[in-house]
Amino acid sequence: MTNTVHETSEQALVQLLTPEGERRSNAEYDSFIQDVDAEMLRGFYRDMALTRRFDQEATALQRQGQLALWVPLRGQEAAQIGSGRATRPNDYIFPTYREHGVALTRNVDFPQMLRIFRGISNGGWDPRENNFHMYTMVLAAQMPHATGYAMGVQRDQAGWDAERLEKDGTAVVAYFGDGSSSEGEVHESMVFAASFNSPVVFFCQNNQWAISVPFHVQSKVALAERAAGYGFPGIRVDGNDVLAVLAVTRWALDRARRGEGPVLIEAVTYRMSAHTTADDPTKYRLDADEQAWVTRDPMLRLEKHLRDNQLADDAFFEQVVIDGNQMATRVREEAMAFPDPELSQSFANVYAEAHPLIQEELKWHLEYEAGFADNTEEGATR
Amino acid sequence: MSTTTMTLAKAITAGLDAVLAANPKSLLIGEDIGRLGGVYRVTDGLINTYGPDRVIDSPLGEAGIVGTSIGMAIRGYSPIAEIQFDGFVFPAFNQITTQLAKMRARSEGRFGAPVVIRIPYGGGIGSIEHHSESPEALFAHTAGLRIMAPSNAHDAYWMIQQAAACQDPVIFFEPKRRYWLKGEVDTENPAADAFKAQVIRPGEDATIVTYGPLVPVALAAAEAAREDGRSVEVIDLRSVSPIDFDTITESVEKTGRLIITHEAPTFGGIGGEIAARVSERAFLSLEAPVIRVGGFHMPYPVAKVEEQYLPDIDKVLEALDRSFAY
Repeated sequence: MTNTVHETSEQALVQLLTPEGERRSNAEYDSFIQDVDAEMLRGFYRDMALTRRFDQEATALQRQGQLALWVPLRGQEAAQIGSGRATRPNDYIFPTYREHGVALTRNVDFPQMLRIFRGISNGGWDPRENNFHMYTMVLAAQMPHATGYAMGVQRDQAGWDAERLEKDGTAVVAYFGDGSSSEGEVHESMVFAASFNSPVVFFCQNNQWAISVPFHVQSKVALAERAAGYGFPGIRVDGNDVLAVLAVTRWALDRARRGEGPVLIEAVTYRMSAHTTADDPTKYRLDADEQAWVTRDPMLRLEKHLRDNQLADDAFFEQVVIDGNQMATRVREEAMAFPDPELSQSFANVYAEAHPLIQEELKWHLEYEAGFADNTEEGATR
Repeated sequence: MSTTTMTLAKAITAGLDAVLAANPKSLLIGEDIGRLGGVYRVTDGLINTYGPDRVIDSPLGEAGIVGTSIGMAIRGYSPIAEIQFDGFVFPAFNQITTQLAKMRARSEGRFGAPVVIRIPYGGGIGSIEHHSESPEALFAHTAGLRIMAPSNAHDAYWMIQQAAACQDPVIFFEPKRRYWLKGEVDTENPAADAFKAQVIRPGEDATIVTYGPLVPVALAAAEAAREDGRSVEVIDLRSVSPIDFDTITESVEKTGRLIITHEAPTFGGIGGEIAARVSERAFLSLEAPVIRVGGFHMPYPVAKVEEQYLPDIDKVLEALDRSFAY
């Protein structure tokens, strides 16, 4: 492994499932997963498998020219499913552009997500349906939005007692990565959140690579250590361990809901795939590095745990594959069936209120386009 | 009639007070706006009435101020953010142009971020670097934003309320060297729609279009021109995006001559856009080329020489002379 920070900080990682699938007890965090039974564990595995299958299908669609670009997440399924499953429906999530697994936990319909990558929409889905915000392509720009949203939540919940906060309180999750941790807006979002004690959990998936730049160029210390500088807790968790991620995120969300302020979670994981379908990792990282992380595959360890403890049988795993393939077929069919938009629709949502320039340019555009109409056809309609 | 004499700054204070009183979801955020009342005291006293949760003294970070305002707007609040000085808006430029301006388009019209960003702007105050700039064209070029610049107390009182009520994001440029300009504010009869330009001095022979701090300059130039027997019409744009081209066109069709003046650099400025539109709409009415009177293509100069840089009465009169001589 070339990542020295990761090696030196290994002991500080919260881990509840070893890469061999063995359950490790943890006095601090076990209480946060007491309700996790065999059915829930199988559910997490299924979530991860469906996410990976979706990722695979979307990558194929891009290769076949059906998507302009795709952002793979292979390797980060546990970090995303664990954190996403820790949230409640009334929590609000601000993702980056790689949170397809979190999207699954928020019931965002997979085909809708492809509208962005098929060049049909810049938003994709309705964030108000699932409290899962639109993807933000400018790295870290969503971070202060998350803090601001949490500031709004604080005002809405002013005067609530502890019991009501615990039961009905809203928390916010701001996703970001090791690369975007260098952006100034991450800093400002954390300063504001700390100053106002806002209920926001900063969830960093440290996948070791910002396209071609390794983590040690972004930071000389583990990112979780930076939280101390802001005055709130920072915690490193094995991002390939769905149980540990679930436990740590639940702890952080509970804390935020109770009004105890923000937490920074650094989920240490690995981007097993390329940055995007336009990327070529063979130019900047060694095959040996990639292989070292294959043994830490988040799905393998949960599968081992399920099998070794007789919590799932072959039939279960076979069914997951069947379900995944069915989902992939539906994703493909629906994505290919999306109607192409008209440029004229793009005029509609620039402003909420009437705007003379928009009206003038739309009128010109429609008249110009109408000029290309077939003369015969035009004659026929008259 | 409930007309009160107020400075332009106090008219904005009163307008903000009216916004906060009427809409419990509205709030103010910015550096030093609470206990201090802002470096220009525009928010003076509001924290006493509305408390620190609605008049938020923020940490020092413009991207944070605008970014958290966007987040609060997504949650259903109506934030009015203050950027302390024009030249300090640039750390928030990313948030304003890539996020604020595009939220409605990105969400396919499902929701936007109706945030107002107040910015004291313009020169003529003898200050140090970054305190005298006019960056409105940089924002006007970004679709999704609206830009207002009031020039008098009555407009300021009403336009800040119109900005707050607008469902689109508004950059509200306040002409800081006119903050102490007194005027009559009628708090019962609203000013005209903020997006409509106003003919504030009728004339027959030439038109001057301007906005914000140069409105008094244009009026004085028109008055001086009258002594030379020239009848000059003055239009206060009030809205820099969108621009009310109908009012300008109508005027130029009548006068045949157009001078546009703003403090911002001439090159790439609002004046160029107006000149181009007028040439499209009223080409045959023009008796002379459209002339722009603006800042030079340089960083805003040091205070000792800013009087030579800023458009003033003489520069506008010289432009009128050129127009009439054509």
